[in-house]
Amino acid sequence: MLLEKLKKHRFLFEELVKRDFKKKYKRTMLGVAWSMLAPLLTLLVMAVVFTQFFGRSMPHYIIYMFAGNLVFFYYREATSGGMRALVDNAGIFTKVNVPKYIFLLSKSVSSFINFLLTIVIFFIFVAIDGIAFSFKFFLLVYPVVCLLVFNIGLGLILSALYLFFKDTQYLYDLFTLMVMYLSAIFYPIDSLSDYLQQLFYLNPVFVYINYFRTIVIHNTIPSLGYHLLCAFYALLVLLIGGYIYKKHNYKFLYYV
Amino acid sequence: MIVELRNVSVRYILGDFKDIGIKEFIIRKIMGNYQVREFWAVKDVTFSLERGDLLGIIGTNGAGKSTLLKVISGIMVPTKGQAIVKGSVAALLELGAGFDGDLTVKENTYLRGAMLGYTRRFMDEKYDEIIAFAELEEFQDRPFKQLSSGMKSRLGFSIACLVKPDILILDEVLAVGDAAFRKKSEQKMMEIINSGVTTILVSHSLDQVRRMCNKVLWLDKGKQMAFGETKEVCDKYEQFLATAKHGPKMSQKK
Repeated sequence: MLLEKLKKHRFLFEELVKRDFKKKYKRTMLGVAWSMLAPLLTLLVMAVVFTQFFGRSMPHYIIYMFAGNLVFFYYREATSGGMRALVDNAGIFTKVNVPKYIFLLSKSVSSFINFLLTIVIFFIFVAIDGIAFSFKFFLLVYPVVCLLVFNIGLGLILSALYLFFKDTQYLYDLFTLMVMYLSAIFYPIDSLSDYLQQLFYLNPVFVYINYFRTIVIHNTIPSLGYHLLCAFYALLVLLIGGYIYKKHNYKFLYYV
Repeated sequence: MIVELRNVSVRYILGDFKDIGIKEFIIRKIMGNYQVREFWAVKDVTFSLERGDLLGIIGTNGAGKSTLLKVISGIMVPTKGQAIVKGSVAALLELGAGFDGDLTVKENTYLRGAMLGYTRRFMDEKYDEIIAFAELEEFQDRPFKQLSSGMKSRLGFSIACLVKPDILILDEVLAVGDAAFRKKSEQKMMEIINSGVTTILVSHSLDQVRRMCNKVLWLDKGKQMAFGETKEVCDKYEQFLATAKHGPKMSQKK
C-alpha cells in the first residue's frame, strides 16, 4: 500500500529531489564537490594531528579514520538535514494534500548520493594505501542499506520532534557531537577492557563504522549476530519514526 | 451525497510545546504547571452536498472558513466529527503554495503541477498552454522571484485551472490579477464548474456568491449560522452585517 502511494506521488517526489539539489548547489562554485570535501578536509586534519598519538601502532590508520568519517558525516548530514524536512515544507503540506513523509524521503536522496560519491573516494584511498581488492567488499552494500534505513528512521523521528519542539535542533547538535566522540572515529579501542569495548556496540554509528573496517582493513566478514545487530538498529528507528508519523500525522498541521 | 460533514469541530491548542521547547515542557510537566489554551476554530458544522452543487462559504474574517476547507480537502483531520468526501478532490487553497523563489518559472510550473497531482506526461503536453494562458512566455527561464506578484498569481491560477476533479475547492482564488485576467479566470473556472464538478467556494464577494452558488454556508467565529438556499442565507447574512454596524449605537441611544 505504501508503494502504491509512492507510485502515485512519484512525479512530485522527483520534482522535490530536483528542487533540493538545485537549491543546494545553484549558487556554489564547487557544487557537489563541496559536500565531498568536508569529510576529506576533516580527515586531513585528523591525520596530521592524531597520527602522532595513535598512528604508529595501527596499520592503515588513514583508512581506519576515513571509514569513521565517511559513515559519521553521512549520518550527521542526513539526520540534521532530514530534521528540517517537515518545517521547511510547511508551506506545501498545509495547502496541498500529500503524504508528509515524502518530504523526508526526498531530502534523504541528496545526502545518500553524496555518501555514495564519498565512498568512491574512500576506495581510491583504499587502493592507494595498498589494500588489495577483495570480493568481500561487495558485502559493504549491506551496511550502506542499513545506514540509509537508519538515517531515514531517525530523520522521521527528528523531523516530527523539531516540528513540535523548536529547541530540538540545538539539543541534537549537542547530541551528534557526543556521538562523534563516542564512535571511535580517530582512536582505537583495542586497549580498552572487554566490557568497555562491548559498550561501543550500543552506538549504532560505531556498529556501522566497524563493519566497514572489519571488511576493508581486516578482510573479515562480520558474524551473523553482527549483521542482525545492524538490521536491528535500522529497523527499530524506522518503526518508531513510522509510528510517530502514523499516529501524530494530523497533529503536524496544528504546530506549524 | 458527495460531500457530507457531520458535527465537524476543529480545535487548536495554544501555548504548548512549540512555543516553549522540550526543556521547558518537561520541567513544567514535572512541576505540574503545564497549561494549554484551547481555541475552537470550527464548532459543530453539519451539512451535505449533492453532485454538481456549488456551495459558497461566507462569513467575516476568522470565521473558520479556511480551516473548514482544509478539513474537506483532507489536509486536516477534524478534532471531532466526520467529513465524508466521495471522489477526487482538488483544493486550490493558495495558488502559490510551494513556489520557490530560487527556481526558474519553468521548474516551478512543473513542481506546482506535481503538487496538484498531474503526471509528468500531462505537464509536458500542457506546459505551453499553461505559460500562454498566464502570458509569461518571455519569463520561462527567469528565476521565479523576479516575477511581480500579479505574474505569480497568474501562473498559479493558470496551472491550477487544468484540474479535473470530482470536487473542487476554491479559497478566494478568483480575485487575482487585473480586470482582464480576472474575467478570463472566472470564465475558465465556470467552464470547469459547469462540467458537473461539485464546487466549494469561499468568497468575500456576496455578489459573486449570489451569482454563482446554489447553496450557501454561513460561518461566524466557527459556528454554523445557516446553511441552505442562496437567497435565504445571503439575506440573513446581510441583515446580520447591517445590525452589527448599527447595533452598539442604537443601544447607546436608549
